[in-house]
Amino acid sequence: MPFNAKSGKFNASINVVEIGTGDKKIKIGGENVLPFYTFDAPVENAPKVGIEITDFGLEHEPDCVKKYYEGCATVVDMAKKAAEMEGVDFLSIRLEGGDPNGANKSTEELVQLVKEVAEAVDLPLVVCGSKNVEKDAELLAKAAEALDGKNAVLLSAREENYKAVGAAAGLAYKQLVGAESAVDINLAKQLNVLLTQLGVDGKSIVMNVGSAAAGYGFEYVVSTMDRIKAAALGQGDTTLQMPIITPVASEVWGVKEAIASEADMPEWGDQEERGIDMEVETAAAVLASGSNAVILKHPVSVATVSKMIKALM
Amino acid sequence: MALKGLDIFKLSPKKNCKECGSPTCMAFSMKVAQGAADISACPYFSEEAKATLMEATAPPMKTIKVGAGEKEIALGGETVLFRHEKTFVSKTRYAVALCSGMDDAEIEAKLANISKVDYDRIGERMYVEMVYVNYDPAAGADKYLDLVKKAAGLNRVLVLGCQDAEVAKAAVELVKADKPILNGADASNYEAMSAVATEAGVVLGVTGANMEETYETIKKLEALGNKNLIVDVGVTSIKEAYKTAVLLRRTAIKDGDRSCGYPSLVQANVLAKGDLHMQAALASLFTMKYGSVIVMEEMNYAQALPLYGLRQNVFTDPQKPMKVEPGIYAINGADENSICLTTVDFALTYFVVSGELERSGVPCNLIISDAGGLSVLTAWAAGKLSANTIAKYFAEADIEGKVKNRTLVIPGKVAVLKGEIEAKLPGWNIVVGPTEAVQLVKFLKDMQG
Repeated sequence: MPFNAKSGKFNASINVVEIGTGDKKIKIGGENVLPFYTFDAPVENAPKVGIEITDFGLEHEPDCVKKYYEGCATVVDMAKKAAEMEGVDFLSIRLEGGDPNGANKSTEELVQLVKEVAEAVDLPLVVCGSKNVEKDAELLAKAAEALDGKNAVLLSAREENYKAVGAAAGLAYKQLVGAESAVDINLAKQLNVLLTQLGVDGKSIVMNVGSAAAGYGFEYVVSTMDRIKAAALGQGDTTLQMPIITPVASEVWGVKEAIASEADMPEWGDQEERGIDMEVETAAAVLASGSNAVILKHPVSVATVSKMIKALM
Repeated sequence: MALKGLDIFKLSPKKNCKECGSPTCMAFSMKVAQGAADISACPYFSEEAKATLMEATAPPMKTIKVGAGEKEIALGGETVLFRHEKTFVSKTRYAVALCSGMDDAEIEAKLANISKVDYDRIGERMYVEMVYVNYDPAAGADKYLDLVKKAAGLNRVLVLGCQDAEVAKAAVELVKADKPILNGADASNYEAMSAVATEAGVVLGVTGANMEETYETIKKLEALGNKNLIVDVGVTSIKEAYKTAVLLRRTAIKDGDRSCGYPSLVQANVLAKGDLHMQAALASLFTMKYGSVIVMEEMNYAQALPLYGLRQNVFTDPQKPMKVEPGIYAINGADENSICLTTVDFALTYFVVSGELERSGVPCNLIISDAGGLSVLTAWAAGKLSANTIAKYFAEADIEGKVKNRTLVIPGKVAVLKGEIEAKLPGWNIVVGPTEAVQLVKFLKDMQG
């Protein structure tokens, strides 16, 4: 008896979201199957890989990342260089310096930087906030205004500031709203509902449902994503059919396995290798759980993950 | 496919003798169908009927055991596709590959490296559990047999990768007491390979150019009576290997096709030859999606640290939180005079808090007491984190004898406990810490300054 696979294709599908403009624009989502199940039905839009830079330029980067940006004097120089790297589909700029408990850079200064970066590269853009909800309410709203017409993702609107971010990014300037929740299907759903009630088109929302580095409570990430995809595809829940974008870099480049120096942990060996593998393995795992895009930092990670995606499509 | 009570009743002796403990054969059949009674409780079922029922009530995915004695490892036996449905049963195992085509220096280096990664993470030993020994026909049978002997010295479960039945027979003969896997059956040689494996009583690995071909060979092996199998998902392409791994698992679990219900083996070392980062990516991918054994070119700490952590996360019981051992964890070279902090034994809390403490660079003692593996607020609400539990632990573990510093930072979320703890722990300066771990760095720096 020959093998006859039953198709695991669903009747519902994930929303297609277009990010950016012009030749370099990308599409994520659209699939009606589980991650990389191309044998069930064709997956039109492969998951995408973004590269992350921050407003601190090279200042806060580990040495193993710095060396790839040799000769870059400004953040804009870095953006240009990052855009040329192998496997990069989009650029993510994280405005870390906006955090009032950190450098507390002014909104004007950061928005000016975002504007310059947007003018310098033609890649689709994701703007990540400072992680401080009050500051981001203002910062991301202004960034949405400054990026008018760029069709960028503002990451993120959270439960505490979704009105400000959602209204500016989703309603006033027709950008894409990144809805961030903390590793829980109900919270993810609730935020999507709140944003759509505000008037934001569900088709211009992407979700960041939270992440963790591999080994750091990652089981919650897996189960949240598995359940979201099950609800979106299996039950046709339109409030969870938004594609998922997962910032991996900001999670992995903080754990000791990735950043402890070889002097501190001699038996662990080369720090750069550890950082890359932590990033690559975490990215592969979130992609296997259903992320439609990942944001990474190390150029080797970007190239490797991009290559893996191509091999699976 | 689960049997209904009525189907079982049809095969029953219908004597209503009550010897099984049930009032009627019908009642007994119903219990068997629900799994509440075992068929062997009835002395009158014919052997034939028993065999039919055993077959029909067996789980859709077989548990295959490899290795002998203490090294024995169970593979497969999974009952679900997603971990939120039910706990995954048999964790993914990692193997490092040796090949008789390698030169001696390379082999020696690999042999020496295999035992390098060996550490403990939340009570679980993390190491390379298996060694894959591949046969290169160009290097000759003798060299292969030598290599098998050397690999056996590593005291790991062996996978013998060999498609030549004669060489395989000689190799299996050397190590069959250790219950290795013999991987190498395909459409062209399955009869001879199956004979070697069954004779030696070892698990046989079967593969094909694609899922369809592999399935046909599995069917043929089953027809020969060999169901002691593991499926090599193939080396044609990453895409085909992923498809095979997913379809095997899904067809077994969802459609109840037992010919798909075998553990899988993934040769990441061949699928991404020479690219260690890609192998790391694939190891992660196949740990998530249904790889039972994953073979790598090597296992270094860079690959292992996230991989074993991921596996530990994915294969936990979704209803049972991971716990760390209670104790004093010295961070950043802390000694008895360094400041003390306390939190719960929930592994995630511990990792996040200890990570932030390390980041702060401030030497400190993190004191973990038993809080039932719950997070701070849950433990507090459940009465498992209170002034009493903390004071009791301090007395039991003789914290005051071990640490001279008398400042204790408690989680901000249980600030209400401050007064009670002060009363229970006289002589201690109790400080309320931040509510979120991420604020610890700033908190400790402010405290110092």
